[in-house]
Amino acid sequence: MDVVSTWLGKGVQGSLRLVGRTGGTLPGKVVESVDATFLARRLGTLPHGVTVVSGTNGKTTTTKMLAHVLAGRYRVLTNPTGSNFTRGAVSAVVDSSTWGGRLDHDLAVLELDEAYAARFVEQVAPRRVVVLNVLRDQMDRFGEIDHTARLLGRAVAAATAEVVLNRDDPRVAALAEHAQVPVRWFGVAPSLRPVFRSDDELHAEMTAESLPPPRHVADVELLDYSPSASLYRIGDRQFRIPLRAEGAHNAQNAAAVVAAALGEGLSESEIADRLADVPPAFGRGESVAVRGRTVVLQLAKNPGGFRLALLSQAEQPPDVSVVAINDEYADGRDVSWLWDVDFSSLRGTRGPVLTAGTRAADMALRLRYDEVPVAAVVPDLVGAVDQAVAAAPEGGRIVVYTTYTAMWRLHELLRDRPASRRRGRRR
Amino acid sequence: MTVHVVHLYAAEMNIYGDNGNVQVLRRRLEWRGIPVQVHRVGVGDPLPVETHVLVGGGGQDAGQAVITEDLAGRGPELIARAADGLPMLLVCGMYQMAGHYFQPYQAPRLAGIGLLDVHTEAGPTRLIGNVAADSDFGPLVGYENHSGLTYLGSQARPLGRTSTGQGNNGADGTEGARRGHVIGTYLHGPLLAKAPQVADYLLGAALRLAGRDETLEPLDDGLAAEAARVARSRPR
Repeated sequence: MDVVSTWLGKGVQGSLRLVGRTGGTLPGKVVESVDATFLARRLGTLPHGVTVVSGTNGKTTTTKMLAHVLAGRYRVLTNPTGSNFTRGAVSAVVDSSTWGGRLDHDLAVLELDEAYAARFVEQVAPRRVVVLNVLRDQMDRFGEIDHTARLLGRAVAAATAEVVLNRDDPRVAALAEHAQVPVRWFGVAPSLRPVFRSDDELHAEMTAESLPPPRHVADVELLDYSPSASLYRIGDRQFRIPLRAEGAHNAQNAAAVVAAALGEGLSESEIADRLADVPPAFGRGESVAVRGRTVVLQLAKNPGGFRLALLSQAEQPPDVSVVAINDEYADGRDVSWLWDVDFSSLRGTRGPVLTAGTRAADMALRLRYDEVPVAAVVPDLVGAVDQAVAAAPEGGRIVVYTTYTAMWRLHELLRDRPASRRRGRRR
Repeated sequence: MTVHVVHLYAAEMNIYGDNGNVQVLRRRLEWRGIPVQVHRVGVGDPLPVETHVLVGGGGQDAGQAVITEDLAGRGPELIARAADGLPMLLVCGMYQMAGHYFQPYQAPRLAGIGLLDVHTEAGPTRLIGNVAADSDFGPLVGYENHSGLTYLGSQARPLGRTSTGQGNNGADGTEGARRGHVIGTYLHGPLLAKAPQVADYLLGAALRLAGRDETLEPLDDGLAAEAARVARSRPR
């Protein structure tokens, strides 16, 4: 049956490629409907098991970083399409299987959203579960943030070797009570806590001094963040690691990666070397050259993520900023969350600010109430990129803050342009 | 004289961008050169004597539990202030608690403060999606996300009638409730951003309470009209 399922999945993948579409989740859909236990049996054969990465923000980058770090020692299976559903995981397994149905891997690192993580662990008991954060996102789908936390509790309870938790997010830290195995904690130094806020702290007046001391000692702690290199305490030693993915949130997520990699037996220096070598994921701080300008895509799909994305650009203000807000199903239809983000830092940008996407007008209205001048409202994403490029000087830098579906549209758009070429950001 | 805006339960009940309603009121005073001060009033904090407009938002179930007792203690004062002309905008959770009661599914009834003649019962499904409604203030748009079904008593009149979406209960076509200058609604968005006429209605009442007899200068609300037009065209 495994051979049959694998062939079935591969057949679908092949047909899709023939008609010019990439695999995505469709092969997974076909296999899953034919054989419900395919995933469990197949992943169950991995000698080092499965690590599930979940949380609201940073799953894709964290999964990519962890897979890359572990690949220094192991043969790693991962779901690189960004399709973070059980079916995406099935697709990844099909894609990585030989036609004989064998998996040539030592372990798997899988990105799963909160709802699917809870379902996935019913089929496959993960060796390790990593939870990054629980933030408000897609409330129209999950209903309540506390419900999201309960889903993650089910995933945490299923871990067989360890769980890796963010000690600074109270909803994540509370998941420790569900764990049947030891907890490895990651966190940021108390002095950085006003930067890395939980959702309940978004609107609070907050200084490092006003915070209660952390309740758990972190095994891995981010001590200092800078765009060029971040300083970590791992156990009782300090390591300075240059990260190629932009953004303070990526520095925080890297602490989770270090913790998980320690659990897999890698040495501190081995982890630090591999981390410095991770290329950023597209739309997660990766940059693209367009007609002599650099375009940086920053995924910003909820208040917590948007706040950190704005913060990550504060030190090097771009020549042009674009805020692209779509309200398609995958983005969440409700755009009220834009009012939970403080945009006043855009007032200080030296260049113009444009709004784009289906809710370009809503976004411009939002900026008006933060007294950020808006140069143009351009719902069409192609038109918005053209105007931004025209407004930026030769060699200039454009940052596009974008929701999920707008990011994928921009991804296609920038990839397909003959004048553009993708490149990872090197320092 | 400064206009004092109170954001009731700013920390406990602030989901779905409801802070935006406060931001809209603040800016629309500032842009007209009228001094404004915002007070965040939480559990245990007294309501400032000088309060000219009050805004309350929606919350998680947990947040709602935290404020229930505190709100019960404030009920008589809020009713008295409303009788004195204090304008209020109460959204979602605070709208429900402003009514007579909230009846959860198979759990004891939670008493509201009876400021609005409405009551709410837990419904079988969440009502989620874009809403468009026609009101005395003209067309309104917003986003609803609630499981409680709210029914109007004889003393309440609806804020509007839905043309898209479910509104109070999905059955009678009503959305929100009004009594004097108190407005209750399920519309997030935040409501006032794309309904500046409602914001100015509340501010007009606030100015009278603050003893300022000026009229509000018109502002350029073209962007709000455009954003509202787009919102009406989007899928549920």
